[in-house]
Amino acid sequence: MKTFLKYILALLVVFSLSSCNNKTSRNYQYMPNMYEPVSYEAYQESDAFANGIEAQLPAEGTIPRGGFMPYEYEDTNEGYEAAKANLVSPMDSLQVDYERGKELYDVYCGICHGTKGAGQGTLVKREKILGVPSYADAGRAITTGSIYHVIYYGKNTMGSYANQLNEEERWQVVAYVEKLKAELEK
Amino acid sequence: MKHVIYRNLTSKILSFGFIFFLTFSISINAQEETAEAAGDPVNGKSLFNANCAACHRLNKPMTGPALANVEQRLYEEEGLDREWLNKWIRNSAGLISSGDAYANKVYNEWNQVAMNAFPQLSDQDISDILAYTAAPPPAPAVAETAVAEQAGGAQGGISNEIILGALAVLFGLLAMALIVVKRTLNRFAEAKGIPVVEEDEKRLPLWKAFVQNQFLVLVTSIFFLLGSAYFVYGYLMQVGVDQGYEPVQPIHYSHRIHAGENGIDCKYCHSSARVSKHSGIPSLNICMNCHKAIGQVAEATQQEGINEYGVDYNAEIQKLYKAVGWDESTQSYTGETSPVEWIRIHNLPDLAYFNHAQHVSVAGVECQTCHGPVEEMEIMYQHAPLTMGWCINCHRETNVNVQDNGYYAKIHEELSKKYGVEQLTAAQMGGLECGKCHY
Ligand code: HEC
Ligand code: HEC
Ligand code: HEC
Ligand code: HEC
Ligand code: HEC
Ligand code: HEC
Ligand code: HEC
Repeated sequence: MKTFLKYILALLVVFSLSSCNNKTSRNYQYMPNMYEPVSYEAYQESDAFANGIEAQLPAEGTIPRGGFMPYEYEDTNEGYEAAKANLVSPMDSLQVDYERGKELYDVYCGICHGTKGAGQGTLVKREKILGVPSYADAGRAITTGSIYHVIYYGKNTMGSYANQLNEEERWQVVAYVEKLKAELEK
Repeated sequence: MKHVIYRNLTSKILSFGFIFFLTFSISINAQEETAEAAGDPVNGKSLFNANCAACHRLNKPMTGPALANVEQRLYEEEGLDREWLNKWIRNSAGLISSGDAYANKVYNEWNQVAMNAFPQLSDQDISDILAYTAAPPPAPAVAETAVAEQAGGAQGGISNEIILGALAVLFGLLAMALIVVKRTLNRFAEAKGIPVVEEDEKRLPLWKAFVQNQFLVLVTSIFFLLGSAYFVYGYLMQVGVDQGYEPVQPIHYSHRIHAGENGIDCKYCHSSARVSKHSGIPSLNICMNCHKAIGQVAEATQQEGINEYGVDYNAEIQKLYKAVGWDESTQSYTGETSPVEWIRIHNLPDLAYFNHAQHVSVAGVECQTCHGPVEEMEIMYQHAPLTMGWCINCHRETNVNVQDNGYYAKIHEELSKKYGVEQLTAAQMGGLECGKCHY
């Protein structure tokens, strides 16, 4: 009987030790004084702002440092038409880097538009997102300006990619899309 | 991905059947064939998916109105005929500017969103599309596939259980066989007259004999001490290491579905990994790039979630909509947002510095090297220990990527001469200097 009790005790000890090892909470730390940041960390909660989020939108009317060009066309049908007709790329042929354009395109656009731009990305083939046009679609007749405008603001179900791609990267992607369009139309 | 194959197969068989049926019905009932009514819903479906589905659903408003039975609806409510529809679809802007009353009315009702022009669609194409919008959705097909899939899933489960059960039975049989063998051996021994050693009263109990043997006690206690030291050391070393940490997130977001099954690139969401210290957690507008269109997961996905993970995926997407303030019925943002408080998993202590761009863009290390098989994780967990030893080991083992990196050309040449090697490791480039990681 006694041995039986001992077994139970041993089992209990093992069990209580292993139950400390809970995957949904963090482990113990020794003296964590130098672990915890004094300064603000990314995504930390903060009472400096009303909604407690540290990641804030820039104040309206402010401009980031360094070679920033404001985008003048508005997010309306007229803005779209104007950009489609007038906007041209600021890059010359030496600045266009199709390899980088392809890399960015495959990450951000290929998933819907397909690596060839025919509107047959993985999500379309799996019927998750429908109605992705081919770049060669005659009814749309996209131009340099309209591609940039669409990346900047999005269009209907397509979202904006302005926060994932910076200005120079957007123009690289535009150049690559135009290349795909030319290849599709061949 | 056999679910998908099943589904496609069924829909293909159905559509074949449909075409078959159509060709027959048309050729037999030739008198019913009029120029307009012969729309082919199968071709219509593919045209609809390619051209119109970006803005229209059959039964739900999206960017544009729901289109189920649109021809009949417009005819009954507004008295508009096929000719109007042809004009509208080929060039809605033209119709609006020509002052057509109803065209202007819907245009204004839908916040003046312009519908594309489709001059390339022929009369036949438009008939096909309208036939598709008029055809009732193939409900039985969906039910059938769902059942088939459930059966398939259950089969997998059963076969596993059968194997386990068979193993258990096997072990039981083995144990019984052993007992039987022992019994027969005993019986043999008795028959031959050899005394079977049963309880021997006069013998010392084992533990007394043990205690009397000093040497044995010494060896055992050393053994015991070493053993427990090993465990204590192991326990102390894992204090502060969060390997395997797997918190419950506010939205059940699955990397398996996004990065695995649908093959979305890591950098699509973690886009700052290319250029900054942090990889970043995507803000909700990035989710909405896709989830504006994906309000519900496919039937197969939903079943899988409930059966295998006990999660209602559609409810999780509703949580996303609530957080970002998206009203599905009006397809617009309400402006009432509430932040999603993702729980941070990977977190180095403040005394160490780690930079993603250096590893992802410069060194070209794959995310999976450090974060494990993310594309298979239903729930994200910490794969690596993130200890200093882990960082240092990899710096010792991994070569620096010098290709197309003019910045490294000279220093690489000099250092590789110094160390007498072809390829420098990160450690030889200075990846072991305390100041690189501790500041
Ligand atoms: C989530 C899927 C998705 C992704 C990712 C995506 N698009 Fe689109 N794109 C669409 C859809 C849907 C449309 C059709 C929009 C509409 O209703 O007119 C579209 C339309 C377009 C058009 C034609 C717009 C016009 O003028 O008619 C262009 C150009 C375009 N996308 C470029 C891009 C580029 C460049 C990227 C990468 C930065 C990208 N897309 C990423 C879904 C996507
Ligand atoms: C760019 C998005 C878009 C695409 C692509 C699109 N539509 Fe539309 N459609 C709309 C919008 C928005 C309206 C509402 C009227 C308006 O604002 O112009 C509309 C209205 C309509 C109407 C009138 C519905 C009613 O209730 O009065 C019909 C019919 C229609 N579309 C058919 C089609 C067909 C057929 C296609 C494919 C060949 C198509 N649409 C492609 C956006 C689109
Ligand atoms: C569709 C968007 C999306 C894609 C694609 C994606 N992730 Fe994530 N990732 C998230 C979100 C949202 C979170 C936060 C929720 C969580 O931790 O599960 C996250 C969390 C993580 C974390 C944990 C962050 C922490 O708190 O420490 C890691 C590591 C990670 N992702 C790696 C990857 C890798 C590697 C890939 C590519 C295989 C990838 N992700 C693809 C959206 C995405
Ligand atoms: C590139 C497109 C894309 C992006 C971006 C995206 N999703 Fe998804 N999401 C999908 C697809 C595709 C599915 C699966 C739909 C199906 O199987 O029918 C899905 C399914 C889901 C589901 C249900 C399954 C699950 O994972 O629990 C949730 C919840 C979800 N997404 C949340 C998010 C959140 C939160 C974000 C932003 C961090 C996000 N999604 C970004 C494409 C996307
Ligand atoms: C060399 C190893 C390594 C590689 C490669 C790597 N990570 Fe990380 N990742 C880490 C470490 C270490 C942390 C913890 C950083 C911290 O706490 O400062 C981390 C943190 C994260 C986080 C949490 C948020 C943050 O930025 O601190 C995300 C999300 C993430 N990684 C995603 C990715 C993605 C996506 C990739 C591939 C593009 C990637 N990681 C490649 C080691 C790596
Ligand atoms: C998968 C392997 C791997 C792991 C794990 C890894 N690193 Fe690295 N790290 C590299 C490589 C390769 C380089 C060289 C990059 C280059 O070309 O500059 C590097 C470079 C660095 C540098 C710049 C060194 C210099 O000479 O400028 C720092 C700082 C660094 N790593 C910190 C860390 C920290 C902190 C960790 C652990 C949290 C870590 N690394 C984990 C592979 C790794
Ligand atoms: C490749 C990056 C790297 C280099 C080089 C490096 N360390 Fe570390 N070190 C780390 C990381 C990451 C941690 C945090 C480990 C953890 O949280 O378990 C750490 C933790 C430590 C700690 C423990 C602090 C604590 O309280 O947990 C000490 C002490 C330390 N490092 C000293 C050094 C010294 C001395 C050197 C130079 C010989 C050095 N490190 C070089 C990455 C590095």
